[in-house]
Amino acid sequence: MSSAVQTYSDTTSAVFGRLTWDSFPLHDPIILGTFVMVAVGGIALVVALTKYRVWGYLWKEWFTSIDHKRIGVMYMILGIIMLLRGFADAIMMRLHQAMAFGDATGYLPPHHYDQIFTAHGVIMIFFVAMPFVVGLMNYIVPLQIGARDVAFPFLNNFSFWMTASGAVLIMLSLFVGEFAKSGWLAYPPLTGILQSPGVGVDYYIWSLQIAGVGTLLSGVNFVVTIVKMRAPGMTLMKMPVFTWTALCTNILIVAAFPILTAVLALLSLDRYMDFNFFTNDLGGNAMMYVNLIWIWGHPEVYILILPIFGVFSEIVSTYSGKRLFGYSSMVYATVVITVLSYLVWLHHFFTMGSGATVNSFFGITTMIISIPTGAKIFNWLFTMYRGRIQFDVPMLWTIGFMVTFVIGGMTGVLLAVPPADFVLHNSLFLIAHFHNVIIGGVVFGVFAAITYWYPKVTGYKLDPFWGKCSFWFWLIGFYVAFMPLYALGLMGVTRRMSHFEDMSLQIWFQVAAFGAVLIGLGILSFLIQLYVSYKKRDSLRDETGDPWNGRTLEWSTSSPPPQYNFAFTPQVHENDAWWQMKQHGFKPPQEGFLPIHMPKNTAAGMVLAGLATVFGFAMIWYVWWLAAASFAGLILGAIIHTFNYKRDYYIPVEDVAAVENRRAEVLA
Amino acid sequence: MSEHHDSLHHGHDDHHAEEAPHSTFKGYMIGFVASVILTAIPFWMVMGDVLDSRNATVLIILAFAVVQIVVHMVYFLHMDFQAQGGWTMLSLIFTLVLVFITLFGSLWVMYHMNVNMMPSMMGGS
Repeated sequence: MSSAVQTYSDTTSAVFGRLTWDSFPLHDPIILGTFVMVAVGGIALVVALTKYRVWGYLWKEWFTSIDHKRIGVMYMILGIIMLLRGFADAIMMRLHQAMAFGDATGYLPPHHYDQIFTAHGVIMIFFVAMPFVVGLMNYIVPLQIGARDVAFPFLNNFSFWMTASGAVLIMLSLFVGEFAKSGWLAYPPLTGILQSPGVGVDYYIWSLQIAGVGTLLSGVNFVVTIVKMRAPGMTLMKMPVFTWTALCTNILIVAAFPILTAVLALLSLDRYMDFNFFTNDLGGNAMMYVNLIWIWGHPEVYILILPIFGVFSEIVSTYSGKRLFGYSSMVYATVVITVLSYLVWLHHFFTMGSGATVNSFFGITTMIISIPTGAKIFNWLFTMYRGRIQFDVPMLWTIGFMVTFVIGGMTGVLLAVPPADFVLHNSLFLIAHFHNVIIGGVVFGVFAAITYWYPKVTGYKLDPFWGKCSFWFWLIGFYVAFMPLYALGLMGVTRRMSHFEDMSLQIWFQVAAFGAVLIGLGILSFLIQLYVSYKKRDSLRDETGDPWNGRTLEWSTSSPPPQYNFAFTPQVHENDAWWQMKQHGFKPPQEGFLPIHMPKNTAAGMVLAGLATVFGFAMIWYVWWLAAASFAGLILGAIIHTFNYKRDYYIPVEDVAAVENRRAEVLA
Repeated sequence: MSEHHDSLHHGHDDHHAEEAPHSTFKGYMIGFVASVILTAIPFWMVMGDVLDSRNATVLIILAFAVVQIVVHMVYFLHMDFQAQGGWTMLSLIFTLVLVFITLFGSLWVMYHMNVNMMPSMMGGS
């Protein structure tokens, strides 16, 4: 290694790499306090799980499950847990910035503050938004297309555990060593080995590389599932809109994530093997990193928002009691966005000096992309027009989204004008813009989706009172927290500052901090909602499987759906297949069942991802023997798993008949 | 139902779709020999210093590489216009478009940045 200072003996470093007692932040009271809290909470959880004897249940029914529904739920739980972590970072930043004016230095030392804003961005994008989106697709897509599982069920389980493995590494960085202090995209040369010799950037690289494997594989999985496994009669233009957006998102994942993997691999070579791709001297060019990572990064934001557009399409149509206005224009808009999302990446670095020709090209493509997005907004409005709208909680989120997202879209078009961007680049205006579209779009959409499909997953609806509390806290909290940032950005305040001199700005940050508290109440209301709904589950129960008078096939199953989803694969004749079946007085058949061929649970995914975690940890800390051993184990484990031929079984006819007859009795 | 059944099967039994063209020994041999030739010629051109112009060598190697890619896709990946009801072709075209955007776009962007931000390096010092 070129620069890591070796102050300990060779034997110790051969065994432990860079890991020493100093790596544990025993000297930092904030982190130590957090660690104690996490440790106490973790021990309490383990004790409780052991006391109620649920380990076996969790292992058999969840961890090793390759049922797409179970995996989808696990993704959502991962997203919620990481949302709490990411929000903790957010509130710490808001509190610190509200305090650190003039003589006051705030309560966070700069190096800690830098880690927090980096961790906040990385966690919110990779370990909150991505698990939420992938989790929704996991649960809903096979049900919407009338399939019994995804195309590669084992791969699905493996993908989840790889994502979880990345999340574990990033959580570990809190207590062992440090996280990157570089901002969420880790631009070199700051992240080169000379400027960042510590383990922070390595934590960043390996947690994203490992989670990236999971994301890429689930992308492949869902493209194949949607292309190959649709129910008979469901042509492409009869697919539900959510499935369409899921297809486009997964195509984007398959096309974009390899670029992220490659660019992080190049950065790793720079850091580990003295290569010079992105260094300042010896012919390296750090701008190439910025260029490449945004070729991934811009499609990534559409990976997040496209499925959410699908969610809102389903919700608007269901709660307006009408078919979606302009189905085919919605599909074409989605496809156009998919392709255009590859043509706008440079707008993230207009100021890097490409000159007028390049900047105006990318400015114009960026403005063009708002046209299909605007078409979608009009489609939703026209769907609501003269509909019999029910203002249930998902519909509230949807309307909140439409208003908020349009504002965010307009500030986005402002930023797409290169001369304006030269003023606003890296200012708080930008921060306000992308939070405006990500919170107003992705987060609102995820909460809408959770409320909408919760009865499908659990068999009971979510309590509407706490849902409304959550919605209003989030909506108002968002505006209170981020509108001041727009104003500050226009005044020229830049992002990622840990201290301010101009006292006149303080009031804006205090207002923003108050907004963050309101958002915190929104998250709290959501958690209370989960608890209250569980307590009141008998009065909120949904026996029909179709609590909202839905239109797509997932509502034709019971709530929760049987393990095999559909006893008979449905025949699809037109859009809104389930709506049409209801119009024709569809009755589920009561006889003629066949044994159902299903994949078997396996622990392989968890074992392989566990080895990947160890490998990542060893690479971060330069524990070379452990890295070699765990990598060998990973390859060997994958090979051994290919020799496991006992992967499937048949659900006997009697079991299928019993489940279906019980459902028929409930419905009768 | 049966269509679904089969698809699920593929997930964990074998990865051959029924409609994919079955490969023959002859096809693999043609592909193998062609790849060897297409690798050997560039190798010889570099090691033997066949051409004086370095740029010409680079361009010829690039041309061989493109042909090599096509050979691999036809003989090893069994791609044609009909496979999988045209989906293979469609995804290939999509991939080519994206690769073109990525490569050409990066070259264009980086060239402009070099011209604007590092004029000294463009002089060929």
